[in-house]
Amino acid sequence: MLDKVKNVIVVLSGKGGVGKSTVSTQLALALRATGHKVGLLDIDLCGPSVPHLLGLEGRDIYQCDDGWVPIYTDESKTLAVMSIGFLLKNRNDPVIWRGPKKTMMIKQFLTDVKWEDLDYLIIDTPPGTSDEHITVMECMREVPCNGAIIVTTPQGVALDDVRKELTFCKKTGIKVLGIVENMSGFVCPHCSDCTNIFSSFGGAELAQLAQVPLLGTLPIDPRVGVLAGSTASVLNELADSSTAQVLRSIVQHLDGLTAVPTSA
Amino acid sequence: MQAPPPEHCPGVESEQAGLVSACAGCPNQRICSDPNKKLEDPGKALVAAAMKDVKHKLLILSGKGGVGKSTVTTLLTRYLARSYPDSNFGVLDIDICGPSQPRLLGALGENVHQSGSGWSPVGIDDNVCLMSIGFLLGSVDDAIIWRGPKKNGMIRQFLSEVDWGTLDLLLLDTPPGTSDEHLSVVSYLRDDSAPDSLKAIIVTTPQEVALLDVRKEINFCKKQRIPIVGVVENMSSFRCGNCGNSSEIFPAKTGGAAAMCQEMDVPLLGSLPLDPQVTRACDAGEDITAINNATTEALATICSKIMASL
Repeated sequence: MLDKVKNVIVVLSGKGGVGKSTVSTQLALALRATGHKVGLLDIDLCGPSVPHLLGLEGRDIYQCDDGWVPIYTDESKTLAVMSIGFLLKNRNDPVIWRGPKKTMMIKQFLTDVKWEDLDYLIIDTPPGTSDEHITVMECMREVPCNGAIIVTTPQGVALDDVRKELTFCKKTGIKVLGIVENMSGFVCPHCSDCTNIFSSFGGAELAQLAQVPLLGTLPIDPRVGVLAGSTASVLNELADSSTAQVLRSIVQHLDGLTAVPTSA
Repeated sequence: MQAPPPEHCPGVESEQAGLVSACAGCPNQRICSDPNKKLEDPGKALVAAAMKDVKHKLLILSGKGGVGKSTVTTLLTRYLARSYPDSNFGVLDIDICGPSQPRLLGALGENVHQSGSGWSPVGIDDNVCLMSIGFLLGSVDDAIIWRGPKKNGMIRQFLSEVDWGTLDLLLLDTPPGTSDEHLSVVSYLRDDSAPDSLKAIIVTTPQEVALLDVRKEINFCKKQRIPIVGVVENMSSFRCGNCGNSSEIFPAKTGGAAAMCQEMDVPLLGSLPLDPQVTRACDAGEDITAINNATTEALATICSKIMASL
């Protein structure tokens, strides 16, 4: 399983809609922009967002002798993507599965997908602490998993759920690499006044509480939302934005932990 | 230990149950294929008995997480309770891994009590009561690390062993997705002799990445034969407190909920603008009916549409 993959990073959050998939895709794109070969696995079976966010909807998965070939975003084959979204006939089809069937699918994604040599595999997860998460954590015991990045938004109701996810990490023995606080403020395009719509500092408080690093605070930036549907990295498109700065520092942080030499 | 169902199991409720090729070799094939012997889940009768005085059940659903299912549930409950003081309302939080209702309805740290007639839900207001797994946890940090079957057992207990009393409406707050929790609650509550007793409201935000999952949820309702009361679009715009101008935080590049409702042929109940005042009140568990602004006005319209449809 995943024997050609050097590093695995799981993106988690107890809460839904905090930006796990956006952080996962932009992190994968940022790692690629800094010269790494990256894989992105979407194990959110009931609500796969990665194909849409990368503009890959409608692409088909092919089977080769060794298993499924992931979708490559371009000729350079530096970003490989796998999601249940590629296996559905219609984008509106629901996946109405109970736990055991979801477990089988995720095991298949981890064992039967032909990931080439990868510096990083990013795993995007659904919200919660249930079947998908238990399965992936069980599998992570057998591979070089670096740990988990936890995404949260600042308001109390999100932090409640994220604290449960931190307990989950502790109980299943996965290292928490750090916390990313998303949607921390909105700068009004009319008057440049910054409103903390979902309150503020929640991520920092949580990081202190859990004794893990705060990897960065991402503002609500509609320009980043506009990039959805393409494989453009914030690092190149919006190089000066605070989102790009935060992503750059996360990449540096990860490279420092893993000491992966850039292949470019 | 329960054997996993075969990979292409048609489902026990299907007419093909026990008859398709995937059923060959399955230990349950004989039970599935004999229409007279079809065993009904004994839980269903218990649930029906416990719920006999609950007139209407309303599922708050969304394929997507974090769109405001729980917030909308809270807002609706508070508003309905205020507008219809003679009716009784209940809230059941079936988000097992991430229960939010205790905080949003201002009941953090409360305990449920066991009595002869079952668990007593926590009273929120004169005519509102709440049950959530949050009340059974020792601390906020406690995680429920359960696979599907255990979650289903908990939901069955919530439906059959909580002493709801007489309710006009029970609102059920759900987790995102179309999986165990949703299938269980539907199989326990759907009553084919009274198909209108269980209905659903769909919550979404305006951007396509949310609508994508929400369309799946609408198709889930259609497949499970649950009538959809309508769609609530949450976080539709944001009015700056400094300059008063509105901006779209989650741009509706594909036409937002309105276009999706037309495409999927479901009614749109209304749009709720994003409002820091309401967000803060919810975080603190305060009653929002005292607030008077665009969000609560929209809420009033949505509530009257819902009550008219039940």
